[in-house]
Amino acid sequence: MKLLKTLMAGAALVVGLGGMAQAEDKTKVGFVYVGPVGDFGWSYEHNEGRKAVEEAFGDKVETMFVESVPEGADSERVMTQMALDGADLIFTTSFGYMDPTINVAKKFPNVKFEHATGYKQADNVAIYSARFYEGRSVIGHIAGHMTKTNTIGYIASFPIPEVIRGINAAYIAAKKVNPDVKLKIVWAYTWFDPAKEADAATALIEQGADIIMQHTDSPAAMTIAEEKGMYAFGQASDMKQFGPTARLSSIIDDWAPYYIARTQAVMDGTWESTSTWDGIKEGMVGIGDFSNDIPADVQASATALKEALMSGSTHSFTGPVNKQDGSAWLAAGETADDGTLLGMNFYVEGIEGSVPN
Amino acid sequence: MMRLEPRTDPSNIMIGLTPILAVLATMIFGGLLFVFLGKNPFDAIRMIFWDPLLGEHAFYYRGQILVKAAPLIMIALGLSFGFRAGIWNIGAEGQFIMGAVIGGATGLALYPMDSFIVFPLMILMGSIGGLLWGLIPAYLKIKFNANEILVSLMLVYVAFNFLVGMVTGPLRNPDGFNFPESRSFQDFPSAHNPELWSGTGIHWGVLVTLGIVIMAYIAITRHIFGFNVRLAGQAPRAAKFAGVNPNKMIAICLGLSGALAGMAGLFELTGPAGKLTTTFPVGYGFTAIIVAFLGRLHPIGILFAGLLLAVTYVGGDIIQSQLSLPKASIQVFQGMLLFFLLAVDVLVNFKIRIGKRITK
Repeated sequence: MKLLKTLMAGAALVVGLGGMAQAEDKTKVGFVYVGPVGDFGWSYEHNEGRKAVEEAFGDKVETMFVESVPEGADSERVMTQMALDGADLIFTTSFGYMDPTINVAKKFPNVKFEHATGYKQADNVAIYSARFYEGRSVIGHIAGHMTKTNTIGYIASFPIPEVIRGINAAYIAAKKVNPDVKLKIVWAYTWFDPAKEADAATALIEQGADIIMQHTDSPAAMTIAEEKGMYAFGQASDMKQFGPTARLSSIIDDWAPYYIARTQAVMDGTWESTSTWDGIKEGMVGIGDFSNDIPADVQASATALKEALMSGSTHSFTGPVNKQDGSAWLAAGETADDGTLLGMNFYVEGIEGSVPN
Repeated sequence: MMRLEPRTDPSNIMIGLTPILAVLATMIFGGLLFVFLGKNPFDAIRMIFWDPLLGEHAFYYRGQILVKAAPLIMIALGLSFGFRAGIWNIGAEGQFIMGAVIGGATGLALYPMDSFIVFPLMILMGSIGGLLWGLIPAYLKIKFNANEILVSLMLVYVAFNFLVGMVTGPLRNPDGFNFPESRSFQDFPSAHNPELWSGTGIHWGVLVTLGIVIMAYIAITRHIFGFNVRLAGQAPRAAKFAGVNPNKMIAICLGLSGALAGMAGLFELTGPAGKLTTTFPVGYGFTAIIVAFLGRLHPIGILFAGLLLAVTYVGGDIIQSQLSLPKASIQVFQGMLLFFLLAVDVLVNFKIRIGKRITK
């Protein structure tokens, strides 16, 4: 009986606190990261976005974050803890936080949630992601020109649509400028594991790759490329400091404008559950400076491609493109629709190997 | 030269006080660590130990401590028998994964059957999955005298890759946009391991863990099996004379710890984790080794050790978000706990002598 009473009091407190969060004058924003903020990749850039929110709003905002939160029960606890501590807005920045975010959002209807890279929305859960594949097109274009062995190494994380989309976009762009180009793919089954990523990079170089691309979060592959005199691209953040000569360019995630806008919306009371998928045009995906090793004409054509993607005159997936098995996917001039891109589970024609299944 | 000399008569009181002294030392040196990081150490220590248990939002955290502690305790209890007998199962993480995969696959195969039998069957299959995975190192040790530490540890990586193969293949949610995840057990009521009383965190795994603590206590203190285990660890030759078959002991200890780890994996999967993903294993099987030793391999000790470690996890997340401390500092703090436990242990059982050995 006593236990029951305590529980009821607890439940009442939850409801009460949910209401209280609104009454505070400082807007509290929480961030949940899947990796360490020092990964110099994915989580690092989300944390840069958090700092930008602090800078933009100064005293009017208070941010909090927890790093290296495992997806699953632990993330649910961390989100609940932030909501209990009065967060008004919580960004959960990994795909695996999807169900936990939805679960916690149900318990705290007055707290706004923003889930990155997922597909489940609710009244108080917005979703957002970036069109990283546009960046892949630009670096694929550069890699196609720069490879001497005609072999590009690709460190992939998990065979989910986002990663497969990136592989396809990079390959299509590289193939366009270099018909002989081959893509070697290693599946690391991790987002962040410097040792594994370094092993993957070494393996790819031993198989003849002279340029490394990656869809994992650490700069380990960049370090290996620097050591072995190969090229690589910064992933998520610039990573120049890890490969001063190896780095050709980079895909930079810039979450700051989005985070600032969404925080502003909560302050103004105009926040709504939305689904955002922004690319180079909106500035969510940036292309880092070009290395001097890239010849001027390639720099110019890469810049032109970037600008075309920005203006919308070019799409990363423009036909004619066949699927790997040779069946037709996009007719000449046709561009891929977002639905297909979001569920992409096939390679395009020319890529060797198969999607792990 | 400094050297250690065994104490002829280590104080029983001191042996009992060891864990408490270790916690105090951790608080002091952990506090210093937080000072170096520019934080108020008293705030930090209070947030780690006080807030989860008695702070403003403790009504929520107390339940979460149980959620976090239950698998640690269940696995550690299984390990403690082997550790007492000198059989080192380091691969509980792999058995945890296999229990979840085999038990989970059983449930998914029956989806969407609406029957009370589904969940118990999954628990059984999960335990068997862990049991068989634990018996592999046992078999190799008995047959070829292969080192069970290495074999069980390496089987963790095999289990992980098996999990990856399963969730990207046969067990992948057909309605899940090709993401490497199984169906959610939340949406499959017959296979779900829910929070039994809202807000308490208590699920079936927590209740079963408590039952196993009691059973383990009886086994180790009152049953011939517990006696044999202790004998095999302390005096293997004497154990042989007493009729303890060492091969049987190896099979039982590795099988038992595997089964308990597998069962813990199944409860974790169907409850707190919710579904099979490639990120399902978060290291319970490895942390349980610390819990087993922190609890002096005794069931009641393990119960408290599991709860203590769970408190530092929950409290660790609190100080991270409240004080903006890096995760690594929390891990250092948790590491200190084990370090000081072992250090105090040594000092209780040994004297430090300075100078050369005096030969008599």
